[in-house]
Amino acid sequence: MGLNLIVLVKQVPDTQNISGNAMKEDGTVNRAALPAIFNPEDLHALEAAFTIRDSVPGSKVHVLTMGPPSAVQVLKDSLYRGADFVALISDRRFAAADTLATSYALKCAIEKIGSYDIVLCGTQAIDGDTAQVGPQTAEKLGINQITCISQIVELDPEKRSITARRSIEGGYEKVKTGLPVLLTVNGEGFPPRPPSAIRMMTYKNATTEMSSADYDETYLTSGAELKSENTIALWDINAINADPESCGLSGSPTKVRNIDMVVLKSEGIRMIENTEEAIGDMVHELVADHTLG
Amino acid sequence: MTTKNSVMVFIQQDDGKVAEVSIELIGKARELAKQLNVQVTAVLVGNRVQKVAEELIPYGVNRLFTVEHKGLAHYTPVPYTKVVTQIIKKHAPQIVLYGATTTGRDIAPRIASALRVGLTADCTDLQIGDYTSRGQTFQNVLYQIRPAFGGNIIATIVSPERKPQMATVREGVMKMDQPDASFKGEIIQESVELSPEDFPSEIIERVQQEKSVNLKGAQVIVAGGIGVGSRENFELVHQLAHAIGGTVGASRAAVDAGLVSKDHQVGQTGTTVRPRLYIACGISGSVQHRAGMDESARIIAINTDPEAPIFQIANFGIVGDLKEVIPRFIKAFRAKA
Repeated sequence: MGLNLIVLVKQVPDTQNISGNAMKEDGTVNRAALPAIFNPEDLHALEAAFTIRDSVPGSKVHVLTMGPPSAVQVLKDSLYRGADFVALISDRRFAAADTLATSYALKCAIEKIGSYDIVLCGTQAIDGDTAQVGPQTAEKLGINQITCISQIVELDPEKRSITARRSIEGGYEKVKTGLPVLLTVNGEGFPPRPPSAIRMMTYKNATTEMSSADYDETYLTSGAELKSENTIALWDINAINADPESCGLSGSPTKVRNIDMVVLKSEGIRMIENTEEAIGDMVHELVADHTLG
Repeated sequence: MTTKNSVMVFIQQDDGKVAEVSIELIGKARELAKQLNVQVTAVLVGNRVQKVAEELIPYGVNRLFTVEHKGLAHYTPVPYTKVVTQIIKKHAPQIVLYGATTTGRDIAPRIASALRVGLTADCTDLQIGDYTSRGQTFQNVLYQIRPAFGGNIIATIVSPERKPQMATVREGVMKMDQPDASFKGEIIQESVELSPEDFPSEIIERVQQEKSVNLKGAQVIVAGGIGVGSRENFELVHQLAHAIGGTVGASRAAVDAGLVSKDHQVGQTGTTVRPRLYIACGISGSVQHRAGMDESARIIAINTDPEAPIFQIANFGIVGDLKEVIPRFIKAFRAKA
């Protein structure tokens, strides 16, 4: 009997390549000004799901992302790499969600899929680095979590138990628990498989034109195959039965008060000549004021 | 003063050993509590923790709540969340602080979700101030200050409308106070009902090594970056550290390039340090690296590139090759010291 696997992924601005207008005046991120990429650890989470599917025949990998319509790109990428089902959770009323409101919406979307055995996501996203959405989603689903995992040591679908290796300070621990569970995956294990050329040809024109009403509620049990078009489900706030008050800005207890660009402090630097004498004087001064020695 | 509206610290312990960050947080909690004129409280969960509790009071805890159960000796998320959530509900603190460790980052979001309150991760500073939004002013709000976007911005986050306001704080950014043996605080044993279903996780094995490098406590750090060039040249960094009684640090780029092990890494994804002297050798000074060392009292930058950003935060700058500068430094130190 296969397992139902749900992977939560996020499209993020590439924080390694920040340019001028990265922030809007209201303090929120100006995503339009940044190159958007698949959050790196989420790719490892996706790979972990594929690894489980490979070892437990009949398993299905569902990928969910919440974001603007352009986030469809990470879903297409997921299809290229082997996802069985993908859905974009998108609605203006989700805008400006903090981690609490985000995890609430994800929980509603997961419940729309229905039965699940393992929920996976990257440990953290490189835009916020909070590592909060995984544990918060687990709590909202009322299930256990194992965070920061790099390896699945053992998975027994019959006994419904899993043991995963989790990174901790200076080492690791192996934690065993029952299913269902939420796993957050770090970047140390599960090197992502590349997109498949054949699947890229199949899904390159995949769109979200299919409305939420078209989503086949029996899909999970029918074993229906995805078609080569209209394969990306689009779920709005109503489709996932979410309470608007708990979504977006109104569902977010945290507010951004202000944003400061990092400015280098310059208290005046003394340039020291690269000579024995000048370096000697500096060392002498540092010894005299007890900075050294 | 009542316990209500206190500033509470989640004490992270394992087998009776308290995480240093928890003690750092008690110090910060005292500072915030003083400004707010409220008490410092703490919650300590574990098995047989009375002795640990007694050791914590002198750091300045007015009231320390302990919950003991044999299943709580090691951290696992479900029972710890249940216990701490109940203590928070019962004592209604206005602020709760957690260390941004693997444990703190595992439990704090679960508690925030259970309580439906805000949580800010990985704060590097906390302050008290007012917050005005749409004509409404909230007084004495916790400013939760953290780097975001890979360290390119510093964001101040507030969660004024729901209590408690919660934050995880990075290790090493708050200073640790000295304990005061004459400080009087109260230890209060609390009980929370736990059933076998509250313990779904089983720790099968744990392998943990003490960090071989103690960067956090180091007064003098000699750090090397990618500009050092090779493992062979990195020996110079080790030699200088050895000569002046310093600890070897490194930038992420140097660690990624295999010049030195990850234990030495300083910066946003490594250790945050605040030594008396930080000598940056061949480190360009990315925002991520600066975030972990710019609180150093003195900074010496040695780099062949005079345009390297590290010079903008340094007190002393030497433009030159390490192979010349470091031997001169060692020679001078040996002559003067």
